[in-house]
Parts: sequence; structure tokens; C-alpha cells
Amino acid sequence: MVVKNYDICCVYSCCCSGSDTSFPLIFVQTHSLQDLHQPTASSKVFVQRDYSSGTHCRFLTKFPSELDSRLDKQQFEETVQTLNNLYAEAEKLGGKSYLEGCLACLTAYTIFLCMETHYEKVLKKIAKYIKDQNEKIYAPRGLLLTDPIERGLRVVSFETNIKPHLK
Amino acid sequence: MKNCEYQQIDLLALPTATPTPAPLHGGDTVQRREPRKARRKWEVFPGKNRFYCGGRIIVARQSGVLPLTLGLILITSGLFFTFDCPFLVKHLTCCIPVIGGVLFVFVIITLLQTSFTDPGILPRATQDEAADIEKQIDSNGSTSYRPPPRTKEVLINQQVVKLKYCFTCKMFRPPRTSHCSLCDNCVERFDHHCPWVGNCVGKRNYRFFYTFIVSLSFLTAFIFGCVTTHLALRAQGGKGLVFALQESPGRYLFLLVICFFSVWSILGLSGFHTYLVASNLTTNEDIKGSWSGKGGEGVTNPYSHRNIIINCCSVLCAPMPPSLIDRRGFLPEDESAQTGCAEIELPTLATKSEMNVVGRSSCLHGLLGTRKQPKIQRQNKVDNNGNFEE
Repeated sequence: MVVKNYDICCVYSCCCSGSDTSFPLIFVQTHSLQDLHQPTASSKVFVQRDYSSGTHCRFLTKFPSELDSRLDKQQFEETVQTLNNLYAEAEKLGGKSYLEGCLACLTAYTIFLCMETHYEKVLKKIAKYIKDQNEKIYAPRGLLLTDPIERGLRVVSFETNIKPHLK
Repeated sequence: MKNCEYQQIDLLALPTATPTPAPLHGGDTVQRREPRKARRKWEVFPGKNRFYCGGRIIVARQSGVLPLTLGLILITSGLFFTFDCPFLVKHLTCCIPVIGGVLFVFVIITLLQTSFTDPGILPRATQDEAADIEKQIDSNGSTSYRPPPRTKEVLINQQVVKLKYCFTCKMFRPPRTSHCSLCDNCVERFDHHCPWVGNCVGKRNYRFFYTFIVSLSFLTAFIFGCVTTHLALRAQGGKGLVFALQESPGRYLFLLVICFFSVWSILGLSGFHTYLVASNLTTNEDIKGSWSGKGGEGVTNPYSHRNIIINCCSVLCAPMPPSLIDRRGFLPEDESAQTGCAEIELPTLATKSEMNVVGRSSCLHGLLGTRKQPKIQRQNKVDNNGNFEE
């Protein structure tokens, strides 16, 4: 028997005793990850991208209502605004980026194999900033801010660590 | 009285390759886990791509005519360097092979970079994100039986842009992003899927593609010019053009025909893409006529900087964006196990197993036919009729 399943598979074996021969039975029960996540595990609040100024990486600074009880509006706005500024710095068109681009073009873009690009340097800065913010501000409030790069720069997610209810 | 009791099989402990039944321990639930080799994200990538060198190189599953492209370039350049260069060096200048060599190296490197680079693939939305988006869509009051096409409107530089929902990737596509059906991925700033390079052309590899076609048009024009010069010089010195051609008709014909058609087609393509770069458009947008004013009055390209030089610089010289799919990253341990369980062979149990507790809430399907919630930490019994008894 082949089971194809992309959710969590719980497999139960059942042996009926009390007769001469035992009949092994196998049940497969699937849990959707969503069902498991929603009631007891931590939930996530997502802050979406802001496309009002084009395709540059910016996130909405609108305060999500789910975080009302856990976080200061000002703190949230400050964090998101700093992230926006850092991404703007990463994507900035200026003398330095033009120089890097031209040099790359002249070397048939082979310098990308040896050199760390400007964007990557700023991404490291962003990762450090998020780690700092988590340690100082969000962890004490039971929140976890995840780096947008782990979500393909689509969302900034705040994970609210609600302890699972065990019976 | 029949007594059937249930025991949860730990899937991670199952040996997937062997047909023999896995030994089941009594007492507490099986906690034995085989140490799993950490898997990298490229091994479970959902799109239609192939990976080489441990995930460092990514190509579309259908490589198209990339081998043909490479073959044509190598053969044409090889013939040129072998037969025409020595003659021209003797009769003209030694710069010819140098220029040819530089152009050839440029062409090959940029071609390989276009083919093997991630074009700007967007990773698919996680289950949490997809659920969050669904919640937002439902809360907007969609009550029709068939859900309407999901779009979201945003204002970009005073221009209304519709963002479409991608059912495969489970997210609203960012502006200028399109889903490539050949690669089954959403690609940022999607230009087109090029069969000649065997990959999509998008945000991250557009500059490689542009450099490739520009340098290739220079190379083919250069080879065409050199071969023509070679023939002309031979014809001058000898008994005419026909005699010169007869020396090696196959080779000359091949080079001239290939180069002639390539020059026109590739020069044309380079010119077209130069226009696109200067106006900050993609092939996709140009073909669909998104910003050409067909949609109504005042429809302009909201992404253009209104300055040709700034447009060119922003497309070709902007900071190189990172790859968002993190091919070489390791999967978290629990995901590695779950995604690996996509297909499992369940062992048949021949022996009576020891009774055990079921530690999870569950609904029993299949043979029982009843749906009751058994309490946690209790032995579950089934009576004669196969009904679940608590």
C-alpha cells in the first residue's frame, strides 16, 4: 500500500485479537498542518508589502489589530520604517552601485562569483538588526520577528508564541 | 469478545526500503528516530527546475535548445579561429583574434550565466501565509458559489495596477511578476522564457541576457565581416571569388549563412531589448500592451524614471538582488521528515502487536465507519460490531 500525502500522516495499526488468526488493519489519518497550527500552536501576523512607490522593497506601516494588546504602535512603526530604510539603502541607485554594475559588466559579471554584492552586505545588516530587535524588544513581549528574506521578501511576520495547551 | 486496540506507528522509524515489518515495541510510544541526513531546500523545490552542483546551478527542466545554441556558437567560432584567423593575421593585423577572443569569452560566460542563474523566482507562500491571505479574501465578502478571479488593486505612482492571485504559488503576485507555465514558478520582473538559453529571463538575469545578445550580435557581425574580408582578399590575390569559394565551399557557406541570419535576427533582438531597457519595460508588458495606452487615457508606465539614462542604469547597473529561494539552505528537521514522507510503503503487520495508547485526537475513517473523538491517553476498544467504544 502506497500512501501519497503531503500533510502529516498518522498511521495506526490495529490488531484484532480473540480469534485464531489476527487480521492486521492499517488506518491512515491525515492532519492538515493548518488544523494543527491554529488552535494550540503560535499564530503569525503578517505585514504585507507596500507597492505604492513601485517594485522597491517596502512594507506597510499600518499597525495590525492582532498585535494591539501586545505591542506599542510606535514601536512597530519604528521597526518597520527602519527595515524599509535599510531595504531602500540596499536598492539605492547611486554612484557606488553604478560603479559596481559597470565593473561587473566589464568583467562579464564574473566578479559576482568572488565579491559580496552591496545588497548582500545590507542583508547582513538587516539580519543583525532583526536579531537585536528580537532580543531587546520582541522576545520579552512573547513575540518573534522573522527576517523577510526567509519569506521571499513578501511579508514581515510576527509570531506570537502562545504556549500549546496540553492535557 | 474481540478486542482491537490501536497503536500509532511512528513513520520516521519505518524503514522505507525494506518490505519486512518494522518491530513494534510495547509500553510507551515509539520514540526511536533514525538520524536523518539534513536535506537542502533545492531537493524539495516545487517548481519544474533541475539543479546541479549541489543546488548552485539552476536550469529549467526543459533545457530547450541550449545545447544547440552552445553548439552553434562553438562551431562557428572554432571554424573562424582555426581557418580565418591565421590568414587574416598574416595579411591584416593580429588584433583580429584578440577582439574575436574577447567577444567569444564574453558570449560564452554571459550565456552560461543567463542559463544557470535563478531569474528571480519567488518562493511559494507557506501554509500560514496562504491561510492569512485566504482569510483576508473571505473577509471581503465573497459569497458566490464559484469564487471570482482574485485580484487586488494597488496604486503605483498614481497608476492603478491590478495584482493577480496565483493559485499555484498561493499568493498575490507582486507587480511585474508573472507565472511561467514551463518552469511552474512565479518570476519577478518576468521578461520571457527563452528556449535558446533554456531558462526564464527575469529580474536577476536580465542584465546577463542583455549582455549576451549584445555581445553575440557583435561577435556574429565580426565573424561575418572577417569571413567576407578573407574571401575578398583571396579573390583579389587569386583567380576570382568563385575559385576562392571552391577552396572550402562547405565551411564558407556554413559560416556565411549562419552569420548572415544570426546578424539580422540577433541585431534586431538587441535593438528591441535596448528599446525595452531605455523605457524600463519587459517583453511581457510590451506584448500585452500594458502601458501603451490601449487601456485608456493617461496610462503610462509607472516604473519608468522618465529618463533614458536612469532607466538603463536602473535595469543594468542596479545592485544585484539576492536569490530568494535559498537553494543551498538546509530544511528544518521536522519539515525534512514530513516532505520526505510524501510516498511511503506501509509494512504489513503479521504479528499481534502490543496494546498502546493513542496520544492524539483523531477521527477514524475507513473500516470503522464511525467518527468519534477518542479521549487522549486512553486505550480505545472496539466491540464486536466494530463500533468504537469509549
